[in-house]
Amino acid sequence: MHPAPSIIVFTVLSGLGFGLLAFLGLNMPDVSGWVLFVFFAVGYGLAGAGLLASTFHLGHPERAMLAFTQWKTSWLSREGILSVACLVVLGLYALLAVFFDTKLGWLGALGSVLAVATVFATSMIYGQLKTVPRWNHWTTPALFLSLSIGGGALLASKSEFAGLVLLFAAALQIYAYYDGDTRFKARGHSLNSATGLDTGPMRLFEAPHTGSNYLMKEMIHQIGRKHAQKLRLIGMGFGLILPAILLLFAHVGHVLVVPIILSHLAGMFVLRWLFFAEAEHVVGLYYGKHG
Amino acid sequence: MTQLPALTDKKLGLVIDLDTCVGCHACVVSCKGWNTENYGAPLSDQDAYGADPSGTFLNRVHSYEITPKDAPAQVVHFPKSCLHCEDAPCVTVCPTGASYKRVEDGIVLVNEDACIGCGLCAWACPYGAREMDQEEKVMKKCTLCVDRIYNENLPEEDRQPACVRTCPAGARHFGDFNDPASNVSTLVAERGGMDLMAEQGTKPVNKYLPPRPKTDAQPEPEIDILAPLLAPIASDSKGFLGWLDRTLDKLPGA
Repeated sequence: MHPAPSIIVFTVLSGLGFGLLAFLGLNMPDVSGWVLFVFFAVGYGLAGAGLLASTFHLGHPERAMLAFTQWKTSWLSREGILSVACLVVLGLYALLAVFFDTKLGWLGALGSVLAVATVFATSMIYGQLKTVPRWNHWTTPALFLSLSIGGGALLASKSEFAGLVLLFAAALQIYAYYDGDTRFKARGHSLNSATGLDTGPMRLFEAPHTGSNYLMKEMIHQIGRKHAQKLRLIGMGFGLILPAILLLFAHVGHVLVVPIILSHLAGMFVLRWLFFAEAEHVVGLYYGKHG
Repeated sequence: MTQLPALTDKKLGLVIDLDTCVGCHACVVSCKGWNTENYGAPLSDQDAYGADPSGTFLNRVHSYEITPKDAPAQVVHFPKSCLHCEDAPCVTVCPTGASYKRVEDGIVLVNEDACIGCGLCAWACPYGAREMDQEEKVMKKCTLCVDRIYNENLPEEDRQPACVRTCPAGARHFGDFNDPASNVSTLVAERGGMDLMAEQGTKPVNKYLPPRPKTDAQPEPEIDILAPLLAPIASDSKGFLGWLDRTLDKLPGA
């Protein structure tokens, strides 16, 4: 798949933002006043920036309100509704907590649930797609959730918990790579199944056109395969393992946490870029790819 | 509404005969011609006369080579457009309700006024049947020429999809799969109509007829009564050619 920068930025930042908001709703860290205000500002900034970036991906962002209507079947619609509901509920909670020093526990908890549900909905936009076997697996929501909770805990100064969750996420990521690398073939997708013709080995004799098209640019696009293994290690190293080790074994104060956050962010951008760049769409079979 | 109907009154779709298709791309051209000036936004081209031309098409013809073990190799021309699936994943993922499947005839359509151009439906389609128009930024797909098949302003013989009407080989057939006596149902039953990428569970309405096997492509060697008269006459050549013949024979490795 084409790794569109708007979607990479959206999923990384909103994942981190909603992760932080989930902790703030549970009164972690237990702060108040302006400190709490800054925490909420960071959470809303990340989640908001992510949602804003996602609208750059749309052909007609002026019709985005319609995306709140199809929650019965569409994970994208559910994500939109859940994210707005989360931001409204936690906005009210933050308003009362910051300016009136009143923390409504149930309201915050509801906001936390909505934040986690938003990340789950985001992950299911990809996880539901049978056309991309690498994504169509329980590891996709599991990874999105653990990365979001781990990153959120890191921002919420829950160092040890963050370290443990990021380590778990690294293990999950390794399993997702291991299992995902063979899933396309394991599901039985081939040019023979794509065309229904099973009388012998097949290959593309002539493409429908000499140029490119939307499908090829968007879904059959292959990039970064040469360095994929290195990028996996770089992404997991900087995004998950290095932060986890520092969080678990070093005494992390307010100063050291900044480079850890930057390292985590950089690694996450690499991992999310790979998530899209490495995804093979079954339509590629018709164009002589993935055979 | 992006909820799929459990049943549709009619089940309109195409049968594409891979045995008959000659790969002329006439269906591609007639499809583009009709649909660029009728239902919804035009089908734009980008850099049409430049170095990197591309454009929106609702129907494309691929060609494949099959090399069976015990039979001659075969080229199969393979037209592909929306299959109007019964379990259409493109419809359910749509966040705005722009994509829908009609209860009356099962046609999958896009209401372009409600399309936000997110592209998720194209990702959800295994067949590459949906293309985002790069000019209008809305999703385009085969409408089964919904503006022809019910169009009483057209002569009756033209009330079928443009691709079917134009096919010079008769490789494309249009009809109602809910009617067991229809032309399409009969063809599927007689010729073993098949689904594309059945393992995706989309239950496509359009069916493909497999090419007939070419096992008897090479006929029995014929007995030619003129053969004795056509045997080589020069058994002992003379002159330069004779010398050349003898010299080449003497070289090792012949």
